[in-house]
Amino acid sequence: MAITLDRAIEHKQRGWVASILGSQTFWVLVAVILACIFLSVTTDSFATPKNLYNITRNFTFVAIIALGMTLVIITGGIDLSVGSVLCLCSMVLAVVMNAGYSIEVGIAASIGTALVIGAFNGAMIAYLGFPPFVITLGMLSIARSLAMVASNNTVVFQFGPDHDTLLAIGGGAWFFGIANPVLYMIVLALLTGFVLRWTRFGRYVFAIGGNEHAATLTGVPVRRIKLAVYMISALAAGIAGIIQTGWLGAVTTNIGAGMELQVIAAAVIGGANLAGGVGTASGALIGAALIEVIRNSLGLLGINAFWQGTFIGGAIVFAVLFDRIRNFRQSE
Amino acid sequence: MAVLELANISKHFGAIQAVSDVSLSLHAGEVVGLMGDNGAGKSTLVKMIAGNFRPSHGTIRLDGADLVLHRPVEARQHGIEIVYQDLALCDNLTAAANVFLGRELRRGVGPLRVLDHKSMYRRAGEIFKELKSETRARDLVKQMSGGQRQAVAIARTMLSRAKIVLMDEPTAAISVRQVAEVLNLIRHLRDSGIAVVLISHRMPDVFDVADRVIVMRRGRKVADKPIAATSPEEVTGLITGAIEQV
Repeated sequence: MAITLDRAIEHKQRGWVASILGSQTFWVLVAVILACIFLSVTTDSFATPKNLYNITRNFTFVAIIALGMTLVIITGGIDLSVGSVLCLCSMVLAVVMNAGYSIEVGIAASIGTALVIGAFNGAMIAYLGFPPFVITLGMLSIARSLAMVASNNTVVFQFGPDHDTLLAIGGGAWFFGIANPVLYMIVLALLTGFVLRWTRFGRYVFAIGGNEHAATLTGVPVRRIKLAVYMISALAAGIAGIIQTGWLGAVTTNIGAGMELQVIAAAVIGGANLAGGVGTASGALIGAALIEVIRNSLGLLGINAFWQGTFIGGAIVFAVLFDRIRNFRQSE
Repeated sequence: MAVLELANISKHFGAIQAVSDVSLSLHAGEVVGLMGDNGAGKSTLVKMIAGNFRPSHGTIRLDGADLVLHRPVEARQHGIEIVYQDLALCDNLTAAANVFLGRELRRGVGPLRVLDHKSMYRRAGEIFKELKSETRARDLVKQMSGGQRQAVAIARTMLSRAKIVLMDEPTAAISVRQVAEVLNLIRHLRDSGIAVVLISHRMPDVFDVADRVIVMRRGRKVADKPIAATSPEEVTGLITGAIEQV
């Protein structure tokens, strides 16, 4: 009996260390830290407060959307519409406020738009059985077009009576000089992490990604959960859109173009598996951070910006390669 | 008294008669082997007990009361548990998470309820211990052997006080040693007073563990007798139709 107990405990401890060393997120975090140390030593401009402020703020928009995307990816789905949804939500906010309404009305309209779009995506996927790729690809086109319709394809930079409040929400730094978007990101990441680990909803999200059929048979409300994750994904894009509007102080119809790929890259680099069933909130943040550090460092090191795509693409391949090697070892 | 009674159950899908006029009863603490060739109607019959289909004719009585099921979840609420052939496990979750899937334990009040991981690990551990299985509650299912996976699926049925456990081909795709493990699990269920229906193609397993065998052919029940009163040869004859009926 004592032997079994000892063995069990030994196994548990080994499991704890092994699971950290075996996690893709951990190694990507190591890569981010090493890159930061390297850049601090080799350049004068990296470890300056201004540059760090810029980096942290720049990656938050991708990171916030990547949190929602991570939920979708864990269920085994994909949401290609997030960049366009961000644009549409920003534009709804801008147009409503520009027309003289208060910021509360603007934000409510913007969030409402995000939820309606998410509900549409989710309902088509969960209840009518459309492939997520197809529906969200369609929405990618629709949402951006609607943004153009809403604004008549103009740039909006006057936000009515609450103009200054909006700019403060997105551009300020209310807490120890940390950019506001970073604070929102941290709060949302903690919330996502909590939901995934501690709620039944989170457990079901993983179950659907692991074996949707099994989840159905055991009484998991698969359709409702799927509907909810696409609504959350669109909501994350909407929130990022509102913050980004406040930060930029202007909205054009091309913001967020191509952003879906960066967001998916961040989630995947952070350890989310496109086959479903695997992903973490911290991974989404760390993946987004790695992409931003790569971009920032290329600039600081004086490497031609055209190389950016190569390095980011390389990071995606490397991160997933690591996971493949681990799987090969396990199967042997 | 019988736990479950099926009286003159028939099921047709359009013009196809899948099950015709089958009556049978299950008793507590009994293992019944349900045998038959592919298309003989055994899975249709089981799916009616499990709440996937409703019978076209006939009645199902549970503990003497009429039972009408609309969804599989309702069967579970009545103490009828199913171990599916593919086990319905999520590889990416732990054994405990799979055992409690769809009925997670939570603590806290109102909307602030969170998963009670500790209790779920403990309870799952107790069930595995009771099943005398080497399965560990915290292990991921994808790292498990076929026998351990079966134990996880069977542990599910022991969460609530199940009266009937339906097992669909539990020994179809696992090694010889693991088959012995699974048969022990079945005996354990029987000894705790549960009525077990074992759907199987494997004659040795049925004769090893079952108390009674029911043979179906072309939607009809062609035999229902104690294991002691029959032989593998006779059952084979009944399945293929070489023997019409006993």
